[in-house]
Amino acid sequence: MRFRQRFYLGEVLIGLGITAAHFFANLGRHTARHVFRSKRARGAVTFQYPEERRPYSPRLRSLHRLVRREDGSPRCVACMMCETVCPAHCIYIVAAEHPNPEIEKYPERFDIDLGKCVFCGYCVEACPEDAIRMDTGILEFSSYSRRGMIYAKETLLALEPAGPDGNPRSPIPIPADRVPSP
Amino acid sequence: MPKLTIDGRESEVPEGTGVIEAARRLGIEVPHYCYHPGLSIAGQCRLCMVEIGNNPRPQIACNTQVVEGMVVRTETPKVLETRQAIMEFHLINHPLDCPVCDQAGECWLQIYYMKHGLYEPRMVDEKVHKPKAVPLGPHVILDAERCILCSRCVRFCDEITGTGELGIFQRGDHSEIGLFPGRELANPYSGNVVDICPVGALTDRDFRFAVRVWYLETAKSICPGCSRGCNIAVHSNLRRPHHDGGRRVARLKPRYHAEVNRWWICDAGRYGYKFVDDPSRVRFPTRGRGDAAAEVGWDEIVPLIAGQLRRYQPGEIGVLASPQMANEDLFLLRRLVDHLGLAHVDFRVPPSRPGDEDRILIKADKNPNRRGAELIGLGPRDGGLDARGMLRAARERRIKCLWVFHHDLLASAWPEGEIREALESLECLLFQGSNGNGVRLLAHYVLPSAAWVEREGTFTNFEGRVQRFWKAVEPLGAARADWEIVARIGEALGLSFMPDTGEDCFKALAATVPAFAGLSYRELRDTGRLVWDCAGRGPA
Repeated sequence: MRFRQRFYLGEVLIGLGITAAHFFANLGRHTARHVFRSKRARGAVTFQYPEERRPYSPRLRSLHRLVRREDGSPRCVACMMCETVCPAHCIYIVAAEHPNPEIEKYPERFDIDLGKCVFCGYCVEACPEDAIRMDTGILEFSSYSRRGMIYAKETLLALEPAGPDGNPRSPIPIPADRVPSP
Repeated sequence: MPKLTIDGRESEVPEGTGVIEAARRLGIEVPHYCYHPGLSIAGQCRLCMVEIGNNPRPQIACNTQVVEGMVVRTETPKVLETRQAIMEFHLINHPLDCPVCDQAGECWLQIYYMKHGLYEPRMVDEKVHKPKAVPLGPHVILDAERCILCSRCVRFCDEITGTGELGIFQRGDHSEIGLFPGRELANPYSGNVVDICPVGALTDRDFRFAVRVWYLETAKSICPGCSRGCNIAVHSNLRRPHHDGGRRVARLKPRYHAEVNRWWICDAGRYGYKFVDDPSRVRFPTRGRGDAAAEVGWDEIVPLIAGQLRRYQPGEIGVLASPQMANEDLFLLRRLVDHLGLAHVDFRVPPSRPGDEDRILIKADKNPNRRGAELIGLGPRDGGLDARGMLRAARERRIKCLWVFHHDLLASAWPEGEIREALESLECLLFQGSNGNGVRLLAHYVLPSAAWVEREGTFTNFEGRVQRFWKAVEPLGAARADWEIVARIGEALGLSFMPDTGEDCFKALAATVPAFAGLSYRELRDTGRLVWDCAGRGPA
């Protein structure tokens, strides 16, 4: 560490100077744009999230959903390809005998631990049945406990894909630990 | 003995050997489906094509016997092309449902397609549909669409068990494996057809959807189901505990041993491992009888038990070892018994029903190590009582302390009331075992033993073959190998030098018991060593 850096007061003042320079530059640009109607001046922009949102990329990987068959049952055949490929080991599937021998098996349990998920999308890639997708557009899910971050089959099945504008069509699933007590 | 050349390497094999077997002995694997060294030759799959001599057309290697001066080539362009074409032919009507097939990961269609297939599929027509998910018997389920009609299962039932339940029905591409009318694949070896099925047509009902095979770990082991000592592999699921209801041992598979079990095991042994993850397992040492039982730690219970064994006269103590225990356990127990000068020692308790036996593998004695217990010498000492005698003496309160290993005495051939009365009369009943039973409920002290898959050791089978088994999973709860428990109690009783590994135990055993002289874990290797010949005439 250099001698000057040891007196870190100097560094703090430099930092404050940078912040102040940006502040006044932006103040000037916004004033020019809004008060003096200058079309060229553009200040830094703040989106008023969550009321105001930037558009999502169509390739965005958001909360998973399980695709349904026509009768509402999961399209998933419990082959465990996603569970196998998942680098975070966050998918838990338990297979059971399907009444139709052509389908062979179905997931009796299909849990995703979103507290562990790294949103790599490998599960979607690996699925031979196109039964899991990450197109709900839902990004804001949270829980008060680790347990609450585990989303079960029923929750994932109920989700709809995002609309054409990229906005979610399903409400954000409320984890079990946040259901208000009666 | 004819001499032949395979891929430029010379070999000499006995008259009548097939080319495929001669190649295998040289370490050259000719791909095949229907050929199995334990069964007759069918020549069904046509995959084992090789070029022989100047014959312009490839021939099958399984049903061609070697002759003097034969020149065999297994990797020529013509052979490779033929193999690829035959793979394509086999897969024409195969449903390619690998993701939902239990065989995926250990399927020879997958393996050979990746090695010898890799063609562009040309099949555009609707595939032939056949019955799916048909239970053939209590253990086996059939998917006829996946079958490639190698007929191994049919030959197994005809030649090995002689029961002949299975056949091939219909003709052409509608041919399918099936049961003869009114029959059920319920012979005592039915599980083996799953092992020999090279594809996913026959799968195990017990293992159905339980665990994907690539999650499994393998450990070499010995079946504890009877005194045959079949070589097995224990497949355990440690990586995904949410599968198969949390059971750690997923399945047992036979392991080839030329002189013990060849490629097979019986169904009783194959499905007999369930006790390992059963709720009846004893997990922690307890003191106190019945409802008063309280869990305690090893450091607390070992001195208590040592104290009990010191409290009584040697004549008031009985030890009932078990032929379920490994040689290591029995040896250390004998050391402890000698140290304490006990005379009432036995391991023989007759089962409630005599065991079944056949001429293939199954032995009537359902204990893996009776011969070991005999050789190590855990019978009554001079003037000592046998098992029945000890229980009689307990009723008369001459024996006050009894240490029972594993046995469920209340479910033996002896009258239950009498045994219960004997056990209730004891001042101190020690039970040591892996699973709870009637004796455990009456015991004052319970010591949890590790199951055989949770530790290493050796069993001596009925013909005196000492065979090693390896550890597959960690012991449940605070359970320990029987020898470890005995060693700790022995140390507390002032017995000097108690070994700390199974291997040291076995070394000490080999140094003490003449029948085991010169043996060590290294010496035993995978195949074991015969120490005592069948007639019991003496060390072999």
